[in-house]
Amino acid sequence: MIALIVDGRRYDVDVPADKPLLWVLREDLAIVGPKFGCGIAVCGACTVHVDGDAVRSCSVPVGEVAGRAVTTIEGLGRDQLHAVQRAWIEEQVPQCGYCQPGFIMAAVALLKDKPQPTDRDIDEALTNICRCGTYSAIRRAVHRAAAIMGGAS
Amino acid sequence: MKLSRRKAIIGGIVGAGFVGVGWWFAQERDRLGDVRLFNVKSDQAALNGWVKIDRHDSVIVAVPRAEMGQGVQTGLAMLVAEEMDARWDQVRVEDPPDDPVYRNVTVLLDALPFSPEVRGATVDGARWATGKVAGVLGISITGGSTSMRDAFLPMRTAGAVARDLLLRAASRKSGVAAGDLVVSEGAVRRRDGAVVARFGELVDFVGDLKPVQAPKLKDPAQFKLLGKSLPRIDVPAKVRGTATFGIDVRQPDQLHAAVRNAPTFGGAAVGFDLKGELPKEIKKVVIVPGGIAAIGTSWWFANRFLDDGLVVRWRPGPAPKLDSAALWKQYEGLLETGSAALTRTLGEAVKAAKPRVVEATYRAPYLAHATMEPMNCTARVGKRGVEVWMPNQSPTLVRKVAAETAGVATANVTVHTTFLGGGFGRRFETDLVRQAVTCALAMPERPVQVLWSREEDIRHDFYRPMALARWRGELDVSGGTPRLTGVTKRQVGQSSSDAFTERAFGAPALGQPEGNAVENPAYAFPFYRLEAVVADGAVPVGFWRSVGHSHSTFFDESFVDELANALGKDPFTFRRELLADKPRHLRVLETAAHEAGWGSPLPPGYGRGIALRASFGSIVAQVAEVAVEGGALRVTRVTCAVDCGPVIHPQIVRMQMESGIIYGLSAALHGEITVSEGSVEQANFPDYEVVRLAEAPAMSVHIVDGAAAEVGGIGEPGTPPIAPAVANAVFAATGKRLRDLPLRLA
Ligand code: FES
Ligand code: FES
Repeated sequence: MIALIVDGRRYDVDVPADKPLLWVLREDLAIVGPKFGCGIAVCGACTVHVDGDAVRSCSVPVGEVAGRAVTTIEGLGRDQLHAVQRAWIEEQVPQCGYCQPGFIMAAVALLKDKPQPTDRDIDEALTNICRCGTYSAIRRAVHRAAAIMGGAS
Repeated sequence: MKLSRRKAIIGGIVGAGFVGVGWWFAQERDRLGDVRLFNVKSDQAALNGWVKIDRHDSVIVAVPRAEMGQGVQTGLAMLVAEEMDARWDQVRVEDPPDDPVYRNVTVLLDALPFSPEVRGATVDGARWATGKVAGVLGISITGGSTSMRDAFLPMRTAGAVARDLLLRAASRKSGVAAGDLVVSEGAVRRRDGAVVARFGELVDFVGDLKPVQAPKLKDPAQFKLLGKSLPRIDVPAKVRGTATFGIDVRQPDQLHAAVRNAPTFGGAAVGFDLKGELPKEIKKVVIVPGGIAAIGTSWWFANRFLDDGLVVRWRPGPAPKLDSAALWKQYEGLLETGSAALTRTLGEAVKAAKPRVVEATYRAPYLAHATMEPMNCTARVGKRGVEVWMPNQSPTLVRKVAAETAGVATANVTVHTTFLGGGFGRRFETDLVRQAVTCALAMPERPVQVLWSREEDIRHDFYRPMALARWRGELDVSGGTPRLTGVTKRQVGQSSSDAFTERAFGAPALGQPEGNAVENPAYAFPFYRLEAVVADGAVPVGFWRSVGHSHSTFFDESFVDELANALGKDPFTFRRELLADKPRHLRVLETAAHEAGWGSPLPPGYGRGIALRASFGSIVAQVAEVAVEGGALRVTRVTCAVDCGPVIHPQIVRMQMESGIIYGLSAALHGEITVSEGSVEQANFPDYEVVRLAEAPAMSVHIVDGAAAEVGGIGEPGTPPIAPAVANAVFAATGKRLRDLPLRLA
């Protein structure tokens, strides 16, 4: 049994310790917000937070996150939408939407490190893939989220 | 030539493109749909096949097209909401059952292998017949940038019919004469604006009221919603992470299956040997069409088991030794001596007094779609029939193939279309349906979700065909300034439309090139000749965003630049001259050039390139600005102008242009599928790289109002011009002409 804390809830799962976190979330906990895109940590669709840091959950063995706080897109704005999600709605970012949970989680982590990121910071930190090409909307939304969060503090 | 009256009517209907088709079907009562069609629940009342209301004051619109990011739910719902004067915040959408009423006629008309300008008895006859067939077959398809073009009149008509019904229902309820009532802002009101009934209060009063046959549609000047960038219906769920894609389908008792497809094209699994005991996580190993599947309780486990747990015996496909170098050789031979399946000549050939020939050969490789959501399909086969959940672009085909695979009548198959994590043409295909239903047959009553790894997805696609083209231009240099006298293009490639119709309908291949691979450039060349050679091939090909335009625009627009250079003209000026009699094209071209600051100075190493293409009913021009520094190519800025006729939702138009640009840029800079030993060499994003944020140029999109009455497509037309615009910009920056895709400096 591996003890997990996901989106504030505790779970005990009976899975091999080398099963990637992504598949434990999607298959064992029915948390399907984090997406599968490549399985080898190159696309970012599966991004979640572990203790507040963005990780690509397809390539993190679940054994490594036992007892640590995992946050997914589904938990991020459960009670109240996160500022990044509000910015994403205001800028109407998603097209097909499949990559967006990963981008949003990566953006939240970026803004924690750099509350006022430059375009260059955004380009360097958000290395996820969007096949629909929502990149300029993403840039705008990250700046908007920074403004919302800056205003709030 | 004098046309018979009947011929003139048919030609007129067909020639008017979408308006003709819309009108034609608006006359057919069944396009409105019966009130029983659209899954009516107890607290709801259907007003026709496209719209229902419920007691909570919602307006629920049937959207029979797949939402794959193009904003179709929003755009189509707006058509109904506009004509019935609903409030945008009360509108919801639902996927209706598969029914002929929701057919897409425009897509099949577009798919014919004729340039839109080509007319004549055979062509018009074929268009007419196809329209008829589409109507009879009732194919529900999302693609070809046709959704809005196809729905523009039928769905507005449905809204207008609904509005009239609500008015009469309110009269029935209140006793006020219908003539004294109006509908506005989601309620029926007296002329002074006082609310007589909210829509939700009319659920019980619609009853047996009959729809009017020919409702009056609004004049565009009266539009309140159309033309506004309303909030997209699909956005909140996609931002919360609660939108259900195909991969997210979770049904009670569901199993998961991973697949290995046969390594060589057209191969199959013929048997397998387990390396040990079947682990408890694996329920069954099943040979499926094209490969082998492991079905179990965990996809992750099943996928690993296919690598570690068994040895598969494969039967190789028909071309196990195929490789890209040999294919190019074959194409080069066909370019020289292959007989053309289609030739077309416009204008008279004139002999130049002193000719000079400009010639160039261009290449485009196979491309994978690489939708962000890997291929998947979930199916259950049981006593109650077959149920399929799938992100797909054609529920009609899904249903047909599921029925065939399970050996039941189509009436026993239900298809649920989820959100699509990208489509781009890949999700017309039904290969996954066959595999999922085969797995489901092995596990009666249990839903089985087949999911491909990214590696399977890239290696077993239906690829954008590779293509080879040679352009030749003839100049007359007898006078002081050289003059263009004519151009000829010879093009070689597989036909994706032939391949698709064979696969999907079992129809014999026509041996014709895919329609929009051979569309004429918009330019008024003094003489134009096209020869298209169709290649056979073992590599499966299919529809890839913008289809044939995706490579032929690169060939055509690169060569127009080469001609300008040979004539000593500015590429923008030269195009303007050739478009002098096409005012809409000209305005689009000029807008892009003007907004990009065409002609203004740039730093050394920078260059601008321009390209234009009319496709799917819209005209798009793009100016790319590139920087070539230290041997590296960077696209810094793209300026795009588009005339897509009446604009339903400006922001979606802009987003789709940006989306098309990035998709096309990924292909222009990186995209290349190569073949070795009968298999695809690429497998995942590191070797099939795409544009990411750091490579994404600054983009601006300018919508041009060319006063056209017809709605154009927007999902695809943004893709074709970007590759030649970039190649032309590289030439401007460096003097180096790149004629092969992807664009590589060295
Ligand atoms: S699925 Fe994890 S990075 Fe792509
Ligand atoms: S919105 Fe479709 S992949 Fe990003």
